[in-house]
This record gives sequence, structure tokens and C-alpha cells, in this order.
Amino acid sequence: MVASVDEAVAGVRDGDVVLVGGFGIGGVPLVLVEALARLGRRDLTLVSNNCGTGEIGLALLFKHHLVRKACASFPAQAGNHHFVAAYESGECELELVPQGTLAERLRAAAAGLGGFYTPTGAGTDLAAGKETREIDGRTYVFEKPLRGDVALVSAHRGDRFGNLRHRRSSRNFNPVMAMAARLTIAQVEEIVPAGALDPDDVHTPGIFVDRVVEVRGGGQG
Amino acid sequence: MTERAPGWTTRELAARLAMDIPDGAYVNLGIGLPTSVTAHIPPDREVMHHSENGIVGMGPPPPAGEEDPDLMDAGKNPCTLALGASICDHTVSFTIIRGGRLDIAVLGGMQVSARGDLANWRVAGQQLGSVGGAMDLAAGARQVWVMMTHTDKSGRPKIVRECSYPLTAARCVDRVYTTFAVLDVTDDGLVAIDLAPGVDRAALEASVEPPVRFAERLPAGL
Repeated sequence: MVASVDEAVAGVRDGDVVLVGGFGIGGVPLVLVEALARLGRRDLTLVSNNCGTGEIGLALLFKHHLVRKACASFPAQAGNHHFVAAYESGECELELVPQGTLAERLRAAAAGLGGFYTPTGAGTDLAAGKETREIDGRTYVFEKPLRGDVALVSAHRGDRFGNLRHRRSSRNFNPVMAMAARLTIAQVEEIVPAGALDPDDVHTPGIFVDRVVEVRGGGQG
Repeated sequence: MTERAPGWTTRELAARLAMDIPDGAYVNLGIGLPTSVTAHIPPDREVMHHSENGIVGMGPPPPAGEEDPDLMDAGKNPCTLALGASICDHTVSFTIIRGGRLDIAVLGGMQVSARGDLANWRVAGQQLGSVGGAMDLAAGARQVWVMMTHTDKSGRPKIVRECSYPLTAARCVDRVYTTFAVLDVTDDGLVAIDLAPGVDRAALEASVEPPVRFAERLPAGL
């Protein structure tokens, strides 16, 4: 457990691959992302389903010119002017990844796998240059694992062991990203005493989580 | 008297498509036009709505003031949970999609070819596109239905010989619902199985690029 969000994101380096959980703004660890923006590490590779909207969360990373590359499935959402500006100026490149492929590449990294074959994207622009293979008469595309240096995730409740319980559709990418990074930092609505979470109710086991910081009113509440 | 334009309105199209979703089906209704189908599903049918962000059994939007920031649909709008709902993470949600557990995915469309190729995520020449879960849904759902206006804003056919826009998936579409007609994609090309009011065979043939055959079960007079 750490006492402050700035302490929580300490140790992120220039050039790191940063996984950020959430979907739209649901389940995005907004306060951790803001702390990352304050920390000011540059040339980050940002892996997240979206690329932020308005003046909060992921949008701040683009506003402050911290992202060199974004991996996302749905970057073009309304109000994403800071991402669009970074993309159009050439400052930030985009790797567009189908949503299920994004989740599975993270899972492959988490599970120590070297990649997988998926029918998703076969015959499309997003498979250009990728290895393909016929399996039982269908074309599959080879996709590599996507590993993070750091993952920023959110949860509803957490304990000092790092066990996390998410809430409703704010679970989304958070568990798989927590498992796919070298350093996983969780923003939780409430830190509960050890033993308060029923082991059967833990969604993300604490073995995957390195730091937990309590942020009341930070979503997942 | 005002002469009614031929075809269904998009609202009528949503109602027409909803009639074809069977009781007990697990469906994913894509963002945009397909989302509007939800409101037209007959109340005597129990249809389970899947959302990419880990909801099976999504309910209608909540009343104003009762929004839960932890309950969003795939279009990032507030939603509720239906009786029998479950929540999962993204890897499980896409295991449902790619593993063939969804009975029907209804996707929006920019172009559909006679072979059932679908283009729905980026227009030709546009740099920045967003694909979301469309490619996974097109590859994985048992049935892929496309719901779209019959022609584009300039009046050009959206049912084409070859898609000129970047593909979402090749040979994935089973059925197309447009504001003019319902067409099945078969190994022998497109077969019209229903025509909208005011649309006759000649009007349909004139407004799509590939040849169309007409089902014998088309209602008399069409």
C-alpha cells in the first residue's frame, strides 16, 4: 500500500510501455493517469482501448506530449482533440488493434505465451505484413504478446495483499492489464482490512498487483 | 396528400429486424443504427444483450438521475442490467465473441459485397479509423447481420460488387437489412427475402450493384 498517488507512479521511466485499464472512461484509473501526467515521463507507449476525451485522464498524456505511440482499438471517440493533435502532428504514432486481439495479446503476455493465431482481421489492412496460417480451412493471423512495463488499473475494493475486486462493467481491461505488466499499480475506491474480501470474490489476485492506493470517489464506487 | 418515400424509415427497419431475433437469443447490437433495435424486441421474447466491455444481459438505459458510472454500454452510454445478467472481463467477453457463443451480431455497414464482405470501420482515404470490436464480432458470431441505410448520403449503392472501403472481414455477412429490403447472402449471391413498402423488384435491382435473386417466399405482389 502506498499513501499517495504520486508515490504510486514513482519509478515509471521514459520510454516505458504503460497499460491503462478502462473502456471509454469506465474503469479508467483517472487519478493515477493524472499523476503520470504530472510525473512527466516522455516517449511512453500507451496501451489502452481508447485515447482519452476532453481534458481528463488519458487526454492529459497527449496534451503534455508524453506519448510516442498509442495502441488502441477505438482512438477516434468524440472529444479526443488532444490525441488527434498529437497524431496529426506526427508526434504520436498509432497501432490500431482490434479490441479482442488487444485483450488477447495482453493475456498472452500475462500467461507467458509467445503469441496466438486469430481469425480476427484476416484479409484486412490490420493484418498487412503479418504471418498467416491456414488451420482447418480457415485463415488465421499471428499476433504477438503485448507486455507492459507498467500497468495502471482501477478497482472497487483492494487490500494490502493487492487483491482486487472490480465493479460492474468497470472491470473490463483492468484484470488482464494487471497481469500483463512488470509493475502493476492499482487505484481503488476503498482499501479494506486484510481478510475482508472473500477469497471467492477476488477478481484480480494480489500476486499480480504491486502497489495499491486508495482514491475515494475515483470511479468503481 | 404527401406521397410517402419508398422504403422503411430507420425506425421501421429496427422494428423489422427485431422481429427476426428469436426468443432466447444472445445478441450483440453494434453502436449506431443497430443499437436502436433493442427498443423494438417484442416483450414476450427474452433476448440477452452482450456488450464488449463485459456485460451479458444488458438492460435499457436508466432513468435520468440513476446512472451508474460503473455501468456503460459499448457506446459508452449508461445502461442497466437485465434479469440473469453476468459481468466478465475483456478476455472472457471476447472469448464469448470469438468462441462462437453469440447467436447474432448486428453490425452497421458502409458497404457489403455480394460475397458478404463487410466494410464498416473506415472510409477509403481516411487516415484515422477506429475498429473497436467489429472485426472480432464479424469473425466470431454465429450469424452476422448488417443493418444500414440502403444507399449512402450521396445516393450511391452500399450493396456493391466489391468493397472499395477497407474491409472489416471477408465473407462474414449472413444477412443484410437495408431501408429497402432484407437480403440473404448465399453461395449463389444475394437473395431478397423481403421488400419494404413502395420498393418493387426493379427498384431494388436498380439500386444495388450485384445481381439479386428473389426468394419464392416473398409475399405475393412483391
